Amino acid sequence: MTLYLLCFVLFMVGIYGVLTRRNLIKIVISLTIMEFSIFLMLALVGYVSGGQAPLVLDPETPYVQVVDPLPQAMVLTTLVIALATNSMLLTMAIRLYKKYGTFDIRKINELKG
Amino acid sequence: MRGMSIIVKKVVQLMSALIFVFGLYIVSHGHIDPGGGFTGGVVLAGSFIVLILAYGVDYFKLKKQKEITSLFENVSILILLLFGLSGLFAGSFYFFNNYLSPGAPGTLISGGLIPFYNLFIGIKVGATMFVIFLALTIYKEEASK
Amino acid sequence: MENLLVILLVMMIVAAIMAIHAKDLLSSLIAQGFVGYGLVICFILLRAPDLAIVQIVVETVTLIIMVSVLHDSTRKEIQVPAGKRDIYTYSLSFVLVGLMLYYFNRAIATLNPFGDHALRMSDFYAREAVELSGSTNLIKGVLWDFRALDTFGEATILFAAAAGVMAILRIKGRKE
Repeated sequence: MTLYLLCFVLFMVGIYGVLTRRNLIKIVISLTIMEFSIFLMLALVGYVSGGQAPLVLDPETPYVQVVDPLPQAMVLTTLVIALATNSMLLTMAIRLYKKYGTFDIRKINELKG
Repeated sequence: MRGMSIIVKKVVQLMSALIFVFGLYIVSHGHIDPGGGFTGGVVLAGSFIVLILAYGVDYFKLKKQKEITSLFENVSILILLLFGLSGLFAGSFYFFNNYLSPGAPGTLISGGLIPFYNLFIGIKVGATMFVIFLALTIYKEEASK
Repeated sequence: MENLLVILLVMMIVAAIMAIHAKDLLSSLIAQGFVGYGLVICFILLRAPDLAIVQIVVETVTLIIMVSVLHDSTRKEIQVPAGKRDIYTYSLSFVLVGLMLYYFNRAIATLNPFGDHALRMSDFYAREAVELSGSTNLIKGVLWDFRALDTFGEATILFAAAAGVMAILRIKGRKE
């Protein structure tokens, strides 16, 4: 239970950063931290104590206890997608910086075009 | 972005091909070892990114590379879709049916269609990562002029 | 092993707070890199070698892209004295954090304790994947045989993200 709670605290740190920071890069970093906590949560839920990694080294041997392969398969694709979406957020940030000359979202909001 | 010193250039020149081969190994052994298309694709992209970081932008024709990489990306996702559709013609009733025979598990040629899926998703992920990096680099070059 | 994970997670939380409160954006990026590489060690401890390999490469590429964004813009954090609006945002965020923590505590009661995962559907995957798909890597068996359509959907999202980046970063318009 402690692990789940700590994982959620990491998620809350990310939400706190998104809500209170004014810098666009800091907001992207906070979103990345939230993504990390979600990946960790899925991997934690799938863990079985005493289980091996989901690989069958010798197909002839009888079944051994493995950790759950389903959450890991979900996280595997999402890790790569997170990289692509983070890059897209960063390109938006650099485009806004080119136009307004600042990363401050309140200033960008006041300038309006 | 200008190039780095000659030591970095030489080391990268020697290492980049090895990184590329390692990425191909991860992609092709995805169904028997840890790894696979998503993992190996990012490693493949890294082997190209490290070349551009070391040699600078003047050394390569980035526009042409971006077009070719974009073509690779589009074609590979199309081939994935065709592989998915090919199950319909092979006599099953849903997408992405693994209709080839599984073979002996644990050997390189096994797993039915899974090695083909791994190969093309590897090309797609690598091309996507590299095209994002190239777009960013070209934008920085054009904006600084 | 559980204690090791707790220590790592506490260090990751401290690094995350440092990343949010750093004065320099470059040190903020380094603290974020600490969180990312800590996640790699967590994946290795949780018996997920595939995820560890992907995360270690993805984190490196992310840091390269982030540093290259900061390289030709500013790296100073905005220094403004706190105004009336900041008090609203801080109090609102703390209320939201407390509320979500409360609901998470209620939701956590329905989960099994750590390490005692009930393999309901996955038990079938773990037992039959080698025979049915022929892949000894069970993750690839799930990814490309049982749930291949989902994976194809995720590949489509990747395609959309790349198209978005190329559309945003285009300076010159199309030539007529």
